[in-house]
Amino acid sequence: MQAFEYANPATLPDALGLLASEWGPTDVLAGGTDLLSLMKEYLHTPKRVVNIKGIKELAGIQKTGAGLRIGALVTMDEIATNAEIRNEYKSLADAAAGIPSPQIRHMGTAGGDLCQRPRCWYYRQGFGLLATKDGQPLVPDGENKYHAIFGGGPAYFVSASSLGPALIALGASVKLVSAKGSRDVPAAKFFVIPKDERTREIALRPNEILTEILVPGAATKSATYEVRQKEALDWPLAVAAVALRMNGATVTSAKVVLGHVAPIPWEAAAAGKLLAGKTITAATAEAAGKAAVEGAQPLSQNAYKTQLAKVAVKRALLDAVKARA
Amino acid sequence: MASAPDYSWPPMEKRKLIGKPIKRLDGPQKSTGRAKYASDLKPQGLLFAAYMGSPHAHARITKIDTSEAEKMPGVKAVHIINPEGTEIQWQGMEVAAAAAATEEAANDALRKIKVDYEVLPHFVQEADLKQAGARGKAAGERVTGDPDKAFQDAEAVSEGQYGIPVITHCCLETHGSVVQWQGDQVHVFPSTQYISGTAAGLAPNIKVPIANIQAHMDYIGGGFGSKFSPGKWAEVCAFLSQKAGGAPVRLFLDRKMDQLIAGNRPSAFATVKLGGKKDGTVTAWESNGWGTGGFAGGGSPPLPYVIDRIPNARQTFTGVSVNAGPNQAWRAPNNQQAAFLTCCALEDFAAKIGMDPAAVFDKNFAYAPDARVETYRYQLRKAADLAEWSKHWHPRGKGASGVVKRGLGLGFSAWAGAGQASQCRATIHVDGSVVVDIGTQDLGTGTRTVITQVAAETLGLPMGAIKLNIGDNSLPVSGASGGSSTVGGVCSSTRKAAMNALVKLFETVAPSLGAQPEDLEAVNGKIQVKDTPAKSLAWAAACKKIAAAGQISEMGENVQRSPGGLNTQGAAGVQIADVSVDTETGIVRVNRYVAVQDCGLVVNPWLAQSQVHGAVIMGLSTALLEERIMDARTGRMLNPDMEFYKLAGINDVGDIVVHLDIRPENDKRGIIGLGEPPAIAICAAVSNAVANAIGVRVPNVPVTADRVLAALEGRNA
Amino acid sequence: MNSRKDPKLPVRPSGGVSRRGFVSGLGIGGGALGTGLLEKEAVAAPAPANLIGPGPAAITLTINGKPVNLKVEPRVTLLDALRNYIGMTGAKNVCDRGVCGACTVIMAGKTVYSCAVLAIDAQGKNIETIEGLAAGNSLHPISAAFVANDGQQCGYCTSGFVMAAKGFLDEHPNPTMDDVKHGLGGNLCRCGTYMGVRKAVIEAAANMKGAKNG
Repeated sequence: MQAFEYANPATLPDALGLLASEWGPTDVLAGGTDLLSLMKEYLHTPKRVVNIKGIKELAGIQKTGAGLRIGALVTMDEIATNAEIRNEYKSLADAAAGIPSPQIRHMGTAGGDLCQRPRCWYYRQGFGLLATKDGQPLVPDGENKYHAIFGGGPAYFVSASSLGPALIALGASVKLVSAKGSRDVPAAKFFVIPKDERTREIALRPNEILTEILVPGAATKSATYEVRQKEALDWPLAVAAVALRMNGATVTSAKVVLGHVAPIPWEAAAAGKLLAGKTITAATAEAAGKAAVEGAQPLSQNAYKTQLAKVAVKRALLDAVKARA
Repeated sequence: MASAPDYSWPPMEKRKLIGKPIKRLDGPQKSTGRAKYASDLKPQGLLFAAYMGSPHAHARITKIDTSEAEKMPGVKAVHIINPEGTEIQWQGMEVAAAAAATEEAANDALRKIKVDYEVLPHFVQEADLKQAGARGKAAGERVTGDPDKAFQDAEAVSEGQYGIPVITHCCLETHGSVVQWQGDQVHVFPSTQYISGTAAGLAPNIKVPIANIQAHMDYIGGGFGSKFSPGKWAEVCAFLSQKAGGAPVRLFLDRKMDQLIAGNRPSAFATVKLGGKKDGTVTAWESNGWGTGGFAGGGSPPLPYVIDRIPNARQTFTGVSVNAGPNQAWRAPNNQQAAFLTCCALEDFAAKIGMDPAAVFDKNFAYAPDARVETYRYQLRKAADLAEWSKHWHPRGKGASGVVKRGLGLGFSAWAGAGQASQCRATIHVDGSVVVDIGTQDLGTGTRTVITQVAAETLGLPMGAIKLNIGDNSLPVSGASGGSSTVGGVCSSTRKAAMNALVKLFETVAPSLGAQPEDLEAVNGKIQVKDTPAKSLAWAAACKKIAAAGQISEMGENVQRSPGGLNTQGAAGVQIADVSVDTETGIVRVNRYVAVQDCGLVVNPWLAQSQVHGAVIMGLSTALLEERIMDARTGRMLNPDMEFYKLAGINDVGDIVVHLDIRPENDKRGIIGLGEPPAIAICAAVSNAVANAIGVRVPNVPVTADRVLAALEGRNA
Repeated sequence: MNSRKDPKLPVRPSGGVSRRGFVSGLGIGGGALGTGLLEKEAVAAPAPANLIGPGPAAITLTINGKPVNLKVEPRVTLLDALRNYIGMTGAKNVCDRGVCGACTVIMAGKTVYSCAVLAIDAQGKNIETIEGLAAGNSLHPISAAFVANDGQQCGYCTSGFVMAAKGFLDEHPNPTMDDVKHGLGGNLCRCGTYMGVRKAVIEAAANMKGAKNG
């Protein structure tokens, strides 16, 4: 890890005043589970690290008229165990509880989950976000079994965010604050597929801090299903988050978002459309799974993820409707 | 003169400590964090070293400039390991190292060493032999009998391709040591499986007499075959200490370097064809295999495994040289590969002829070594009982309907495990205290505990009366902890040393008991006339009689070729995996795993059970998860970590049922090592269980979701 | 090395407080500062948004309830501070990337990977390490249960497992076996001690409960 100066601001304005206007010189520290690894690998070599854990307004989960506000510093453990979230936003609780390590749940924050860098092994071994060597992409015919089946390049990593798919399915937004003001960005627009090495995979700007997540009022049934190789700490192979607005047993509208299949949480609009007006049965869930993976473009080693995503959608849907009987 | 002492183990029914489930003696040290490993040592003035390897898989070092690094604040020594001109043959191959007052400064120094490389073409993936070209070196064809005719005459022929990848040891304590080189003396605190051999291993490389090297180790954080030699890193650590004016230096590899260069298990791939009769008898074997153990190529696993008396056989094996780190012995070297290739082929043959594989295995155990045939058959029956084979086994792919399919699979193992050459000294002091000195090490296998059991049992004392010294090269020499040779060796030498000392004590006290020395025995803390407790001396009183000499100190030695019945070799095991496969996701979960293991006289069944648990869990991790991922284009290992180099966690292994085959006929054979044998069959048993569950062979382990789904789709296509 | 001169870095935190002040306001050694002038300027400045480092800084950690003063660069992890600076070596450096659990300590009541925490960021929270579980040669019930059930072989993962178990049992005093298997999913063992660990945690729960009730 390269040496850096460390700041521990107590207020948001102080923190924002310490951030550089481009990526690289400064990094924001919250839970540290990703940033410290990035720094140890010299993938991030900030000259200054700004710890935001001392900023009180970034903590806490509050019910508001509009829904739920989740502060950026809320831990995955708090999300997994919060009664309101478990009852009203099950997909979010599922996603946080699905992280198999209590230590990570204790340390990792909601903001950090959304801002973490990809786990792509080419990226982590120093070949850049787009994983190239001599200008040529390494992923499409390389070791890509954990890579994207959607998105079409030039980025092939998968978004590592646990909460992202559930938040998009629930129609959440995030608040991004800079010294000049703040903006609310829909979670669906927060994740972006970078087109070059200079772009980040999130809409956050270098001098902004993600301060909170706003999840609109729940009239939904939701669930997240993760396919995992291991039951102990590991990354999922494929994830589906679903959120359903219901009229009795009938779906009035549905959102289906896949995780770990694209550089961003991947909204499967066709699956959502298919479900509208239907009841959730094994057959409709299966059909939605199929619809969700239409257009997948697997690489040389990851066709199996198409199947996993399909199954994850089916299982998430079936779980969602029995969730609040 | 008394006749030669009787060293033989006490009869089973008379043992008070040997054979008893005694708790690990160093358990409290470990479970409180008080145990100090070499990587924990922080002597006064300690310097921290950082170790730098090549980022390229194949390259020539054209220039190294350390000048800037040497000027860095806190940096006390910089050492070039491989000079300009060196041809690098794998990523991570050593280039340079630095020692500094802090770990941070040492790492900073490495970043300031400028190295230029001429990058050369590399080859890193061996799974497809066609790609290997000249990198493959075929060993000659080996033929037994007339395989062509045997296949022609065969009533059934099965054929399959199987693969078991390179995996890494991933010891939790990485490779390294603390070294202090002061004047002409070198003090080494290694993490080693061979404390008695540390000085001899290090001496030629640093050009210091063996006599001037002192090595000491109390605890080691895992070895599994990868920590026999002191390693290049110990030598580098010594040079850094010397350059830093004799300050102690701690050099432990970081996880990435450890994964890259500190050892791995060779891969093995093969097409295997079996021919035979419809009654299950295999009559012909043909295998064409390949694999790699790194740049040096690969050794060939012994095929067919265990059932090596199949009358007609042809086999070839091609060792493939890749630009990747060198292999090290890995807990039963070559045996997991051989067991995997053999047991999978045998199971496929059973499926081909529509027979229960248990019956086919049973039939073909006839080809095992004569002395083991009945043992295997007994173990197979035992394992089948414990796994409820008759209840849960079904013809391949013909289990209950539903998404999750259950299956059972078999594997078997063989291992030598004879006791190593070992010397021990037992000293009885005039105050009754007892010291046992032996230059061995405890890898977590329970070596401390079993030595103490043997010494205490022999002297008729409680375990707490024995002070045991291990882990130092000033002690009587014992072998490396490898080949499952430790327990037999150290228990035998301890038995002899303690018995020799006891005989001297008998000679000393016999007159005062009015008896001949050979009429005495040591039991319950007393020296007494055999079977006459009335005529006895308490241990302390007896020891007072040795005042004139001050102490009794006797050696005992286990000689490998004449263990005198105390230990022997030739362990057998049969294992059964019971798995469930989610056919929609391809995820395999282990429900239960049964391990039946013969290991002769079991000194401590409690710790022996732990050894089997550990071997099985390690094996399950390799069967389900582990593989080194090499990237063809960049030549890099993509998972030199513990995140994508996946290890099984506490919830990734099912329940494990261990049956130690403790029977009088096994006990009388003496001690047989146990570290390796139960680690051999797991990939085979799991792969067979998956095939049984889903109806199709998943050719390669680990049986990950991608492979299971591909196999299922292949069947459906 | 001094980032103060880096044009990419904003030098003025909001609130009008000179960042220079915060530096020596915390009494940092000269390595980080370089000039006496800065130190003079700094004297009176309170520190709402202090900047520390990159050189060594004096910090105070609360370890097992007791304050421990040390001087480390901000980049030093809590794990390295414990092992290399304080000499508490129960927590082990195994993966150094927050995946194996061998470095587990309990911070502010929650298990964390100490390799993924900066020491400087661990100030003000009680840090429970395995060294604090039991004094002298005595055994905490969890350690005792690890011994009794052989939840250890080489022992290198054991400290982390014991602390993970402690954190888990603090929150789940009556766990089922299934709870235990899920609750310790953040720790890895290479020798394969999981069978013993599972039983140890169940037994420790029973013993600790007994102790509390009794």
